[in-house]
Amino acid sequence: MLSYPTVRASFIFLAIALGGLMVADIAITTANPWQDLGRLFMGVVTPNFFSTEGLLTALLRTLAFAFVGVTLGSLCGFLLALVYRFLPVRMFCAFIRSIHELFWALIFLQFFGFHPLTGVLAIAIPYSGIFAKVYSEIFEEADPEPGRLLPPYTGAISAFLYAKIPDCWVQMRTYTAYRLECGLRSSAILGFVGLPTLGFYLESSFSQGLYSDAGAMLILFYILIATMPLWVRPKLLPLYIVAAPFFLGDGLPIVWGNVERFFTEDIVPAPIRNGESLGELSAWFGDVMVNEALPGIWNTVVLTQIALVATGILSLLAFPLISRHFGGPVRRTSGHVFLVIARSTPEYILAYILLQLWGPSMLPAVVALALHNGGIIGHLIGRQTNSIHLRPDAPTGFSRYSWELVPRVYRSFLAFLFYRWEIIMRETAILGILGIYTLGFYVDSAIQNIRFDRAMLLILITALLNIGIDALGRYIRRKLALQTMPTC
Amino acid sequence: MAMKHLRKWLAGSLLSLSAFSAAQAETFVFTAIPDEDETKLVERFQGVADYLSNELGVDVRYIPVKSYAAAVSAFRNNQVQLAWFGGLSGVQARRLVPGSEAIAQGVEDEAFVTYFIANSSTGIAPADTLESLGDDLRGKTFTFGSKGSTSGRLMPEFYLRDTFNEAPESLFSRVGFSDNHTRTLRLVEAGTYDLGALNFQVWEKELADGNVDTDSLQVIWKTPTYPDYQWTIRGDVNEKFGEGFKERVTKALLDLDDPALLESFPRSGFIPASNDDYEPIRKTGENIGILD
Repeated sequence: MLSYPTVRASFIFLAIALGGLMVADIAITTANPWQDLGRLFMGVVTPNFFSTEGLLTALLRTLAFAFVGVTLGSLCGFLLALVYRFLPVRMFCAFIRSIHELFWALIFLQFFGFHPLTGVLAIAIPYSGIFAKVYSEIFEEADPEPGRLLPPYTGAISAFLYAKIPDCWVQMRTYTAYRLECGLRSSAILGFVGLPTLGFYLESSFSQGLYSDAGAMLILFYILIATMPLWVRPKLLPLYIVAAPFFLGDGLPIVWGNVERFFTEDIVPAPIRNGESLGELSAWFGDVMVNEALPGIWNTVVLTQIALVATGILSLLAFPLISRHFGGPVRRTSGHVFLVIARSTPEYILAYILLQLWGPSMLPAVVALALHNGGIIGHLIGRQTNSIHLRPDAPTGFSRYSWELVPRVYRSFLAFLFYRWEIIMRETAILGILGIYTLGFYVDSAIQNIRFDRAMLLILITALLNIGIDALGRYIRRKLALQTMPTC
Repeated sequence: MAMKHLRKWLAGSLLSLSAFSAAQAETFVFTAIPDEDETKLVERFQGVADYLSNELGVDVRYIPVKSYAAAVSAFRNNQVQLAWFGGLSGVQARRLVPGSEAIAQGVEDEAFVTYFIANSSTGIAPADTLESLGDDLRGKTFTFGSKGSTSGRLMPEFYLRDTFNEAPESLFSRVGFSDNHTRTLRLVEAGTYDLGALNFQVWEKELADGNVDTDSLQVIWKTPTYPDYQWTIRGDVNEKFGEGFKERVTKALLDLDDPALLESFPRSGFIPASNDDYEPIRKTGENIGILD
């Protein structure tokens, strides 16, 4: 079995994760973790929808930021996709998408402050990079045949509109709709840094132990996402897109001088700003690297590797829940509900909840990342097994699972997993804001100490690490000849 | 929740922003560091906004923020003109905004204290000196408040370093930041952390309100006193709101005598303050490397 490259790769990653577990900080430090979990559960079953008048407004804001951000992102991403073959464009896109929405929000907060533009750009910028990449992949995979059949001297624009777009349209639409769902999640968590979306109230309620209030917000959020197919209709979309900007709120006015100050003073390394010597600058750089960047990188990598493997294991365990090859409709429906909840809850919110319940360590982060990403991959793999036709006399139960289904879906499972590697790392870094010692912890500390030069350097390092993992993930997928699907 | 603020968000739009900013120029906006449970803060500062609005005859709006740094940034960026800062955040803000001034502090803020608290399971008994607790503290878990807090981080970290000559990370087996004083109390009470350090006013108020399970935790050490919270105002408010505006704000704050409002801080009243009052905080901040 070890002669299969996919199996070997799986065991190597498993070994790395086990090694990571040895050095990682995994613990439950609260005295009564289950009691709190019980209280949270009671909160969800006894939701209080009327705790704050602001709840509906927050939902509206969450929707508005998501729509405006995703619309802008998809437009810019589409334009970038047209010129994606140029290396500088690809590098630019890789860079902007390697920085998480929350980091973008933290950056814009420093000079736009609490203005809607902060939230809109925090979503639109990284999403442009993602859209550019995925749209260009869709264009590449399009059938070249219609283009060849066009009469000679057809203009490039006509050729693109008539021969390329029709073939790509369905895939682009599906992917954009999926991104809108992601946009809702991104928009919700922006509240954690002070924007007026759902996360703002969720954080307040949770931190004060108002579980019924928090439960109500979570339930509304799940309903919003689960009913998306009902209210996101092609005919209604233009209406939403036109209306969304009017529901962003007005926030506080922008003072443009702050923008200039941020770029010309705040983020310039302190020794340069103060006109100190080159020696001072290298001492400053060394200090950031040794005391902040390196421990941050180490913890980020360790946590990412553990979370990646945990995600894989959970996906493999979860996909039978919705597969038609096992059990009846009751179990499948409850499986769907579980997976929808797991994948609809943003990792950040899951990690936040688990940190409150279990206390600070890497454990809540691992579980949160595995639940969310495992929910996504489990759903995709489970759906894939539904198109597999087994012989009528195929084995049942565990034999069916281990000998019939897993081998058939294992390659696409790995493809999804390596595709999400970079996404997991981006999230891991950001979870540092919650107090786990990954890169985000040091970024947050630098911002709390009003040292934006340090914060920017650390964000750059996070971005580079992410680009590196993205490249490595692509290399491994190519090596293992794994088909990559853009819609994940 | 800050309904006034939310309704304004609802009413606005991206497109009509320029019109809105013009209308808003008249609004006097202030914020406060989020050092306690948000519900309490919103209640307290909505009261202050209404009071100031009455006294000053202008629209006054309170903006809740999610972190100490966000309060400092909003002040620096002139999106708020007045703020209720802690000692450290006030020093940070006034360094970044030349001309800004500390105008009033609570009576209790002249001599503020940090309490070190311990969960009962640690078996640590209260002591008069931090040094004598040395062996008991080593290897325990410890939580500060917010990273930018004076009473929850700066002063406790200073005394720990000063007494034991080592970083908190090497003295304790786990060091965390709870984000605010109420949460520090809850975390130590629940045993998530063995030890914590918090604002003595929050402790005393929660104790008086019967919100502390005294069987689960107790105060084990009190720091010497230091200056803390203060109202800081931007130097350019007179240009925006007219001559003498700064003096009127100062007077309004010093005259605040509504017992319910004062009780919500909790302070017995406000007294004049100056930037120089916070020199000790600046020196301490530089000493432990939080300030450059």
